[in-house]
Amino acid sequence: MAVSVDEAVATGPARDRTPSARRLGGRGRSVLEVVLLTVLAVVMLFPVLWMIETSIKENRDVYAIPAKFFNFTVTMDHFKDVFVAPGGGRSALSVAFLNSVLVAGVSTALATVLGVPAAWAYSRFSVKAKKDQLFFILSTRFMPPVVVVIPIFLMYRQVGLIDSKLGLILIYAAFNVPFTIWMMKGFVDEVPAEYEDAAMLDGYTRMQAFWRFTLPLLLPGIAATAVFALIFSWNEFVFAIFLTSSDGVRTAPPAIAGLIGGTTVDWGLVAAASLVFALPVLIFAYLVRKHLVAGVTLGAVRR
Amino acid sequence: MGTVAVEGLRKSFGKVQALDGVTLDVPDGSFFVVLGPSGAGKTTTLRAIAGLEKLDAGSVHLDGRDATGDPPAARDLAMVFQSYALYPRLTAYENIASPLRARRSSSSEIAAAVERMSSLLHIERLLQRRPSQMSGGEMQRVALARALVRRPRAFLMDEPLTNLDLKLRVEMRTELTRIHRSLGGTFVYVTNDQVEALSMADQVAVIKEGKVQQVGTPTEVYERPANQWVAGFVGSPPISLLACRAEGDRLIGEGWTLPRPRWTTAEDGRPLMLGLRAEDLSVEQRGDASLPGELYGLEPLGDRTVVDVRVGTEILKVKARPSVTGTPGERLHVTVDLDRAHLFDAGTGLALSEAGR
Ligand SMILES: Nc1ncnc2c1ncn2[C@@H]1O[C@H](COP(=O)(O)OP(=O)(O)O)[C@@H](O)[C@H]1O
Ligand SMILES: [Mg+2]
Repeated sequence: MAVSVDEAVATGPARDRTPSARRLGGRGRSVLEVVLLTVLAVVMLFPVLWMIETSIKENRDVYAIPAKFFNFTVTMDHFKDVFVAPGGGRSALSVAFLNSVLVAGVSTALATVLGVPAAWAYSRFSVKAKKDQLFFILSTRFMPPVVVVIPIFLMYRQVGLIDSKLGLILIYAAFNVPFTIWMMKGFVDEVPAEYEDAAMLDGYTRMQAFWRFTLPLLLPGIAATAVFALIFSWNEFVFAIFLTSSDGVRTAPPAIAGLIGGTTVDWGLVAAASLVFALPVLIFAYLVRKHLVAGVTLGAVRR
Repeated sequence: MGTVAVEGLRKSFGKVQALDGVTLDVPDGSFFVVLGPSGAGKTTTLRAIAGLEKLDAGSVHLDGRDATGDPPAARDLAMVFQSYALYPRLTAYENIASPLRARRSSSSEIAAAVERMSSLLHIERLLQRRPSQMSGGEMQRVALARALVRRPRAFLMDEPLTNLDLKLRVEMRTELTRIHRSLGGTFVYVTNDQVEALSMADQVAVIKEGKVQQVGTPTEVYERPANQWVAGFVGSPPISLLACRAEGDRLIGEGWTLPRPRWTTAEDGRPLMLGLRAEDLSVEQRGDASLPGELYGLEPLGDRTVVDVRVGTEILKVKARPSVTGTPGERLHVTVDLDRAHLFDAGTGLALSEAGR
């Protein structure tokens, strides 16, 4: 948020006003900042606010014209509908959420388990044509999913991975491994190799040296990397909608999108489902925010 | 036992030939110093001995057994890194204990050993601190303690004193020699500081650009440098070098002549370099072997003064009493102790045969 505020100050019409505002002293400037921040926050957060409102409105209030901002009856029915099917039992959406948790979690774990040691190896050892290999690994991320989804669809149909959670897990892991390698290589580079050298002279094997002395120093980086991988897998839509079709396998993004498109759209349900969908990532990012900041600024490890 | 012998070590990093055939023989129990300027290949040599560097060629023998392919843990060595490489998340105590933990010593053994080390190196009050809470000198002591806590085949030390301030460095020099004497064991000690090398070593190997220039006792290296480069690198102030050639029983230089030292074997006319150390020159008495020059400058150093004298186009550094005075430009004569002079072939830089000295 702070960055976008600065940008607004620097690029918007406010630029002309900033010097005079500055002349007013710290107080004047902070008033201007507060005003701009408020405007920006309203613009940015309005859709979110509206979504929250919609999720707790009765359906007839949702369609009311003029729109009702405050004077509507609050209901939690939409949230109930997200989890409970109309006739009782589990709703299709709740199954989709569980699928999302499973697919995102396992694919992130897989990408981390594969990517971190690979990043360590690329950082520590002299590998033939290392630069070319790293470029090749990164190049798999150059194309957006939609470009490769048809060939992958055909391949998956051949090997029987179509419409399976395993198929999604594998493709997400495949997409996250290059990202993990690149991001983690930066972190491993930051940790002096001499800790491992010293550990090996102490009498540890190379793997023990990595595990006991380097890995703990990499944890902030791993947390940051895993959060990004998790967000990618959690939000991913294109592969999910092309490669899965049955309710038992589908993840939340295509399931929520599937709510829109009938003759009548239950906007309350869409809003509630979207909120439930957005919440885990927000909570997770909040919990690891310290590591995220440390990780993203790449200064996590003292030399 | 603790002998280290490396032979023909070669290692290149891309275009840089870090080691170009390094051969060293470290006797059991000796304080062996590898001396060379920055970038000479000293660290690479130590890392090769430790098994941390994959070699292009050459072998490492420990206690007479070929250990070239052995992993570091199997070599039974301890090392102090130039950067100390203390584990940042562990306390000093745990850092020092690490080699013992890796070898599964009991915790009572560990406690006793850490206590012994901490009193030897006066770091008792640091034991619960982490590296980030220590000064450079303190980290250096902890790094030394981590290396000395075990009795390995040999201790490898990579410029452990370089990052310390002068006073601490001089103190630690004495301390380390004392520790070597009291603990025993083979020390392979790397430094770029010739004073450190001369004052601490049993044996010095001088290396430059990945090649060993000379191996010998400090006295041998100082008194009989194998080549012009060693002569220039070892000694402070640096040795003065004058171009000359032998003619009959004289040495002829630019604007000066000296009697030819009895021991030289160079044929007439061959281009030579005459090397003269500051303490073998004098401006205070007049002898028969002397060079005419003019005073260029004075460097008072407290216990002595170094007089810079211009002879022809070269500057000679002459050691004098602190009370010496003079004005720049003043004409004077520099008396030479020819028996202690060095002659080098100007082409190869090699010392001329000094048989009979
Ligand atoms: N890991 C490395 N990668 C590239 N060049 C290196 C590496 N290690 C050492 N070198 C180069 O090898 C030469 C010798 O290095 P080093 O053994 O560290 O010298 P010293 O310890 O005597 O200062 C230097 O030119 C150095 O730049
Ligand atoms: Mg070095």
